[in-house]
Amino acid sequence: MAVCVRQSRNNIINLVKSKMGLLGLTNLSSSVSSLNNDHITLATASLAKDLRNESSVFENKPTLYRTRRFESTKPHQRSGVHSNGASSQFLDFPGGQVAFTPEMRFISESRKERIPCYRVLDDDGQLIQGSIDVGKEIAVKMYSDMATLQTMDTIFYEAQRQGRISFYLTTIGEEAINIASAAALTIDDFVVPQYREPGVLLWRGFTLQQFANQCFSNKGDDCRGRQMPIHYGSKKLNYFTVASTIASQLPHAVGLAYSLKMDGKDACAVTYFGDGGSSEGDFHAALNFAAVTEAPVLFICRNNGWAISTPTSDQFRSDGIVVRGEAYGVRSIRVDGNDTLALYSTVRAAREMAIREQRPILVEALTYRVGHHSTSDDSTKYRPVDEIELWRSARDPITRFRKWIESNGWWSGESESELRSNVRKQLLDAIQVAERTEKPPLVDIFTDVYDVPPSNLSEQEKGLRETIKIHPQDYPSDFPL
Amino acid sequence: MLGIIRQKAFGQRIRPAVSAWRGYSSAAKEMTVRDALNSALDEEMSADPKVFLMGEEVGEYQGAYKISKGLLDKYGPERVLDTPITEAGFTGIGVGAAYHGLKPVIEFMTFNFSMQAIDHIINSAAKSNYMSAGQISVPIVFRGPNGAAAGVGAQHSHCYAAWYASCPGLKVLAPYSSEDARGLLKAAIRDPDPVVFLENELLYGEAFPVSAEVLDSSFCLPIGKAKIEKEGKDVTITAFSKMVGYALKAAEILAKEGISAEVINLRSIRPLDRNTINASVRKTNRLVTVEEGFPQHGVGAEICASVVEESFGYLDAPVERIAGADVPMPYAANLERLAVPQVEDIVRAAKRACYRSV
Repeated sequence: MAVCVRQSRNNIINLVKSKMGLLGLTNLSSSVSSLNNDHITLATASLAKDLRNESSVFENKPTLYRTRRFESTKPHQRSGVHSNGASSQFLDFPGGQVAFTPEMRFISESRKERIPCYRVLDDDGQLIQGSIDVGKEIAVKMYSDMATLQTMDTIFYEAQRQGRISFYLTTIGEEAINIASAAALTIDDFVVPQYREPGVLLWRGFTLQQFANQCFSNKGDDCRGRQMPIHYGSKKLNYFTVASTIASQLPHAVGLAYSLKMDGKDACAVTYFGDGGSSEGDFHAALNFAAVTEAPVLFICRNNGWAISTPTSDQFRSDGIVVRGEAYGVRSIRVDGNDTLALYSTVRAAREMAIREQRPILVEALTYRVGHHSTSDDSTKYRPVDEIELWRSARDPITRFRKWIESNGWWSGESESELRSNVRKQLLDAIQVAERTEKPPLVDIFTDVYDVPPSNLSEQEKGLRETIKIHPQDYPSDFPL
Repeated sequence: MLGIIRQKAFGQRIRPAVSAWRGYSSAAKEMTVRDALNSALDEEMSADPKVFLMGEEVGEYQGAYKISKGLLDKYGPERVLDTPITEAGFTGIGVGAAYHGLKPVIEFMTFNFSMQAIDHIINSAAKSNYMSAGQISVPIVFRGPNGAAAGVGAQHSHCYAAWYASCPGLKVLAPYSSEDARGLLKAAIRDPDPVVFLENELLYGEAFPVSAEVLDSSFCLPIGKAKIEKEGKDVTITAFSKMVGYALKAAEILAKEGISAEVINLRSIRPLDRNTINASVRKTNRLVTVEEGFPQHGVGAEICASVVEESFGYLDAPVERIAGADVPMPYAANLERLAVPQVEDIVRAAKRACYRSV
């Protein structure tokens, strides 16, 4: 029965199935109350336990619900015990047959071996086996953008240290995740970032001047000085404005993917988060909803070992993030986050599956946060300097990828110094321009709170202007009124 | 997640009393608030394919309060989504869908449970348009029953009007009648900003007269405009949601004692229609505010502040706030009755404002 209903009303059945979790072995005579109990379990969790046997609870349930449920499911048929051969028996249960076993066996809290990590390039930047389908043009652009990102981080970080901007946060050590994942996507894919993925914007064409304008919150900032530095966003580039709240972007990406699904778009949503973010409730909600709604979304976890000062050993006891996917019914992979080619091919394949099969994919990239968490942090206080140095030098993803493109004859010391000095000059210019550009005008305090400003905001603006006119000495004069 | 067992709320001790308080003639066509909300959802879903409904039990079960009755059959499971029991999940997913141009209507089984999703409502929905400088608008509606029902205790009875109304970026609506429910829900769904739509469980089954205009599918009410439910000259009584009915009942009693009360149905808590309130106070020179929520930093406190700022010279008596007791809602029926405003409380406050003995 369940099968034939599934054929005709696949979607509804999927929704119903998801609610049937607690329906176990029930007999025919109790099926009415068990159905009701099932519903109450969903709607009223713990209350239902106390009320399970009180038929009065259900007095107000309209008959509509009952008939609908009976049409769409036949619990007594779904919950029977079936023999399958002489020795083994199965429980027919929502989600498929479950084998019985006479052995009391707990599932281990960990596997014998950790999930392996997919890589293409060895530590020396050489292919581990075979060949890879990545052309010169894209390889060189990936390298250039990684080097640009690294240079931008270095210079903006210094600008913050000089007191020219209030805050900064680098991506150093995680350039490959930024750029290679961006390269594997198309511009039609929507990115819902955390805050350590400015490389995706860079890849999509956000200019160094735009980065500088945002960090200096001048009137050239696409977000009108509304957010602290590094909270970039660009609707034009399908990159959502960075949220400071950890992991709230994950359910948003699922919702976005759902809307892409409804529109039948040939695109997916892509969201990034860290090892620390995987502890937020939103992470679990997002994975579960993505699986249930079959949303085309890529979850890319940058497992960089540290959530500010919290090491992963204090963050979780699972084998990282990748193993969580299976529990939610989400296909998952672990990849070397410092291997540009491995990331590129993984994300490209993941994107393809997500869109073609309309399903979420979880990618855990193993990497290291070489920089401090942000300019508000000194990570040498809580982690060994030689650990940082190992990842900064021997495991640097940029150096490793450079060796590969150099061995292909696509890059040289000359191109390297030309690129670095160009980018450096562009950045210094961008900072100077950003510093000289006027700050956002007064009106930008009040716009965009609502689509159309309500009267109380117009009154506040009028009042502020009048006050400034009367007491100009009490207000800064370096921005347009 | 604790849902509300319908037994008590639909029980007999509440509804007859509430319906007796209506001051309408029975000649006009009547419609329940439930049908008003259902028809508004239906019409907006029909008019705009981007509108979809999401929440716990909204589909197969037709809504915990049957507000979404018939919608699954009509629009299918892609537009009427039954979700796993994770408020933070479906609220966040709704916000994400709105980011990309869909118009989600998110149903909370009660607004108490919206606390599990508060980050998405405040930090994401309310602020994204501003933070992105208008690049990301969030056309979403959060709706469901709010405030005290009957016999459901502290975690089902909290009024969140003042909470949400304190947050810029959100619009907060609280319908009273079927006209309000239809007109405001349609306005909320059509609005480009995030709207918190606070319904009242005990009003769902209430029938109100509705005009042909209200029943027209183009009917819509302006957000930010209060309605003067009853004109009067001696004292202004402001109320929203279920308390409008109480205020009207109090006005009837006051009329018998020669006091003409003007009853303002706020309809919109944010933006708040300060002009209508102040114009009324300048006429009556007296003000009583009524709400089921807590008094401190409440809707009444804000109205009081507005009147003190704008119409201080017109006041002939101290403003009085009628609000819920400053305690989490007790369950025992006798205690619960003492914790929420009653018609007599409003009558006495109005008489005190008019310097009558009580």
